[in-house]
Formats: sequence, C-alpha cells, structure tokens
Amino acid sequence: MSGSALVEAQGLSRVFDVSRPWINRVIEGTDKAYLKAVTDVSFTIQRGQTLALVGESGSGKSTVARMVVGLLPPTAGSVSFDGIDMWAPAREAERQKLRRRLQMIFQDPFASLNPRWRVDRIIADPIRAFGLTSDKAETEARVGELLRLVGLDPADGVKYPHEFSGGQRQRICIARALSSNPDFIVCDEPTSALDVSVQAQILNLMRDLQDKFGLAYLFISHNLAVVRHMATRIGVMYLGRIVENAPANQLFEAPRHPYTRALVDALPDLTMSGRRRRVIEGEIPNPIDPPPGCAFHPRCPLAFARCRSELPLLLAHGDRQVACHAVEAGRA
Amino acid sequence: MAISEPVLSVRNLEVAFLGRRGKLVAVDGVSFDIAAGEVLGVVGESGAGKSLTGAAVIGLLEPPGRITGGEVRLSGQRIDNASPEAMRKVRGARIGMVFQDPLTSLNPLYRVGDQIVETIRTHKPVTQAEARERAIALLQEVGIQGARARIDSYPHEFSGGMRQRVVLALALCAEPELLIADEPTTALDVSIQAQIIQLLKRLCGERGTAVMLITHDMGVIAETTDRVAVMYAGRIAEIGPVRDVVKRPHHPYTQGLMGAIPTQATRADRLTQIPGSMPRLNAIPAGCAFNPRCAHAFVRCRTERPERMPAGSSEAACWLMAETVTGDPA
Repeated sequence: MSGSALVEAQGLSRVFDVSRPWINRVIEGTDKAYLKAVTDVSFTIQRGQTLALVGESGSGKSTVARMVVGLLPPTAGSVSFDGIDMWAPAREAERQKLRRRLQMIFQDPFASLNPRWRVDRIIADPIRAFGLTSDKAETEARVGELLRLVGLDPADGVKYPHEFSGGQRQRICIARALSSNPDFIVCDEPTSALDVSVQAQILNLMRDLQDKFGLAYLFISHNLAVVRHMATRIGVMYLGRIVENAPANQLFEAPRHPYTRALVDALPDLTMSGRRRRVIEGEIPNPIDPPPGCAFHPRCPLAFARCRSELPLLLAHGDRQVACHAVEAGRA
Repeated sequence: MAISEPVLSVRNLEVAFLGRRGKLVAVDGVSFDIAAGEVLGVVGESGAGKSLTGAAVIGLLEPPGRITGGEVRLSGQRIDNASPEAMRKVRGARIGMVFQDPLTSLNPLYRVGDQIVETIRTHKPVTQAEARERAIALLQEVGIQGARARIDSYPHEFSGGMRQRVVLALALCAEPELLIADEPTTALDVSIQAQIIQLLKRLCGERGTAVMLITHDMGVIAETTDRVAVMYAGRIAEIGPVRDVVKRPHHPYTQGLMGAIPTQATRADRLTQIPGSMPRLNAIPAGCAFNPRCAHAFVRCRTERPERMPAGSSEAACWLMAETVTGDPA
C-alpha cells in the first residue's frame, strides 16, 4: 500500500505435504495429499500499529505468524521488513541484521522458557547472541532494567521459570522479546493460556510497551474481544485466506463479510442487553479438500450460485478489503 | 418443603489434600442449591476450586484430595458419604457429566453408539434394540445429521464440536436429575461454542435437568445461567442472579473480574486490572483471602474472615457489605 510500511506480506502461501508414506500410497493406490494452510495472504503493518489476525482453529493464522517471523519458509510470496525481503537467499547478511529487530511471543509460557535456565540467563540470551552489550556488568544492568519494565523485580532474575505463575512467565517472555530492542513483535495467542484478570494485566502491559517504544505488533488470536482491545487493524482469516481486512473500529461497528458478521454475532453478550447470539451453522471444512468457490459458502446465509463456483477476490471497499461475491454485488 | 426441595444441595463443603506437609484446604465451606431446571454457573480463575467442587459432588475426587467436611444432598439424599458402589449407580443415572475435552471422555476403541447403548442399558431396564433406537433418537436430538448412519462411527471420525454433542448425548441418555458440565466449551472455537451452549440449554430446559456449569468464561455464564457463584481461593465470593452479578457486582473481586474482560472496551480504554494473582493453597491470607489484592481492604478484612451477607439481591462474602449502613463502599 504505502512505502512507509514496516512489514509487508505479499501473496504469502504455504502448502504442507500431508501424504501418507510412499509405501502406503503404492499399496493403497492413493495420491499425494496437500494441505493449503495459507493461500495468497497480503497485508502491511505500519510502525507503532497492531495488525490482528483472527480466525478459528485451522484458519492458518499461526502459519502466517511463523512465516512472518522467519521460522517457516513460505511456498510462495514474500515478506519484507523495512524493504528487505526476508526470504531472498542472496540477502542472508542483511537478514541476519534484521533478526534483532523482530521477536516473537508464544502462546504457552510454560513451554517457551527453558526450565533449566535461570531467568536472568533467559533474558540475557538475545543480548549475548546479538552482542548488544560490551561487558557482564552492562548485561546484568540491562536484564534488571528489562525485568522492572515488565513489572517484575530485578531480584527475580536468580529464580527459575517454575517459580513463577503463568502471568509472570509471560512477562518474562515479553522481557526476553524486548531485550534486543526490536521494532516488531509477533504475538501468537499471547494470553489464551491465562486467566482473565492476568490477561488484562498482560494486555495492558503490551499496550504500554507499544506506546513507549513505538512497537509494531502482529497479534494472532482466536478471541475477537481481545483483538478489539489490541488492534488498530484486523484481518479475519477463514481456511487460509483473509476474507476481510479493516480498521478495528469499522470491523466491529459494521462487519461486511458474512463470516465476520457471524463471528461478531457469536461474541457472548456481557451487557445482557437480551440480544440473542446468532449461531453459525456447521463447522470449518477440511482444508485438505476445501469446498470449491468461496470456502465459506456451505455455511453462508447469503450464498448464491456464483459463490459455489468462483473464488471471490479481496476487493477494496473504502478503507477495507472484503472477499465476498454478495458484498461485491451489493447484496450485503 | 418436599415440592421445592432442590435437586442439589451443598452445605459447607470442604475439600482438602492431606499430605506430608499437612492439610491443604482447596474448597472451604462452600454452600449452594440448584433447583430442578435451573442452571447455576460456577465461575472463577484457575485454582479457585470450581472443578474440585464439581468433582466432589459426583464423587470423583482424585486422592489425596477428599471431602473433609460438609454435606452434599441429591434430591434430599446424602451422597457425600455414599459407598463407591452406591456412587457408581448415582453417576450416569442420576448425575450426568460433560468434561472439557470430548476426546478424553469418549473411549476411542468403541463405536459411539455402543458407548451410549451401554450407558442406557447399565441404568435402564431396556433391550439392546430399544437402547439402540433411543441412542439414535438422542444423537438426532443433539444435532448429529444422519444419526442412524453415524451411530457406528468411532470418536475420531467426528470433529471436536460433534464429539462434544456425542458427549452431551451420553451424559443425558439415562435422564439424570443433575448435569455437571466442567468447561464444556473451552476446547471449542467460538462459532461451535455458541452451538453447544444453545444445545445444552435447550436440552436441559426441556428435560428440567438441573445444571452446574463450571467455566472461567463470563460470556458463557452471562448467556446461559440463571444464577452464578463466583469462586475465589476455595470460597464463594459472591452468589446471586446472573443479571445482578454481571451488571451490578458487589464483591470487589467480581467487580475486578468483570472490568478485566475485554468486551465493550475499545482500543482507547484500559482494562481494569487486579494486581497480583490468586494465592497458592499453602499461602491463603488470613481474614478475607482477597484482601492483599483488594483496593477497598481495611483492618477487619485482614483479620476476620467474612461470611456471605446479603448484597442487593445477591450475597457477597465481603465486609464492605456489613459496612454499607455506616459508610459508602464506593
């Protein structure tokens, strides 16, 4: 879109080979099977902004996160960070420099911290790996500062991860992510393993840090309410594609795509206004054998003939993009 | 009295773990009733004791945890001291259960139909053919299309949402008086979650089954239950009609919990946050267990443990409620 984007994904796709072993294929006479986890996903993230990707399990949001952060090579498409293509082989040296500027926070704070390392060592690891400090004393001071920044005590550095609660561990993960002074953090379901009161603490902390350091976030979540609180822009994913991409406030006030509408309607009503939550029928289809045309058509109340045969393109409608034939035809 | 007798009545229930380091009390003096056809929500964060309360009611506490005090009555009959054999007859027949993960509550080696038929025949005097017909009707009722064809499928052939429907059919197949649902939708996607919640509500409403719905999700509570009990550190902090607890919470913990949920909040707002976290079982503070995290705590909260007292149409275990006459609790 604009030249100032910090992160830009272009036509990102990822296919997984989920074939049975060769011998089974020969004996049973079956073909190779491929799972299109992500197809043609494009977006941009500006400095200091949060793009949230929401979707149900199997919609491909975590696969996008892993490709953006560089953990998984895309089958097609590109991710560029500050204008540098992350996956261009020729630019290995430049890419190494980028590594410091992007970090990741994972879902499970119990699995993402090494249980045998002390917390100070965990947080100092990126600092050492990138050679950001000149001596030991400086590293220690930096670790203390990071711990204070995420609301822990610098003295906590001598403890091991098991001595902390889930929320505190997620704070340690955030401190580790911040230790290399990144510009961009990919957060894959950072609060879904936490209780609500702790979730609120972590979400507030992430917002404060964003304001303080001008961080950009790619925020992956299945929880629309959390996303509403965090995002400046929201991409809704369904079966590996973005079906709607809109500024956060617009998406909630007037969702356009029938799937987005269904998701917003399915949000539990805490104001108890008596609004009944409308239920979407059916389930997300098998991604190995997706329905033809628009993947959402078997569950869509607005589906017509064209939806069953032709894939809808992500078209711009003002400040937002929607991939839906019904919206394009003005039927919704 | 006999007419209005609650299906489930729990009085001063205490569950403790007896170990080498002494006695850890995980559920402490919990009392509540559930009437026929009523849905009681039990909400709280991890470690609040809500699942243990459910497990104590159905007699499935894992040793070394056990009931160390109080009583549990099912339609007037005491079940907390019943023998394991007697409890086996109660479970399934009179109390149905739905757990969080539908894959672990179904036996992967048996066809779903056989599991339902077995449960029906264990508890009801019917023939194999009758039980099978009943199982098919039940699967249809829980929304499994082509139930007659799918009854001979194995659990792995169903999706997560469909499996939870099967589990619901299994829990209700012997027409129990009480259904205990422990986080029934936590493992499911939002769109599926809404389907299961509506189904649970409809099925239990039609049958007049009393439901104890244990969850950490206030959204599920708000749209499903009639009354709600908020648990904190093994005790009920607040209990009352769901509208009052959600819209006009009295206990500072409930207030904090409601404010922490990102729902109406837009990006401009900050979420209310309760400082700190739930105390561990071996370090429950004296007085009110919530006092170290409470913004309104005063001297009495640190020394004396509050019992439940009336607060509007609810009851809250908070000294502020005792003070309402003299001062403004804010």
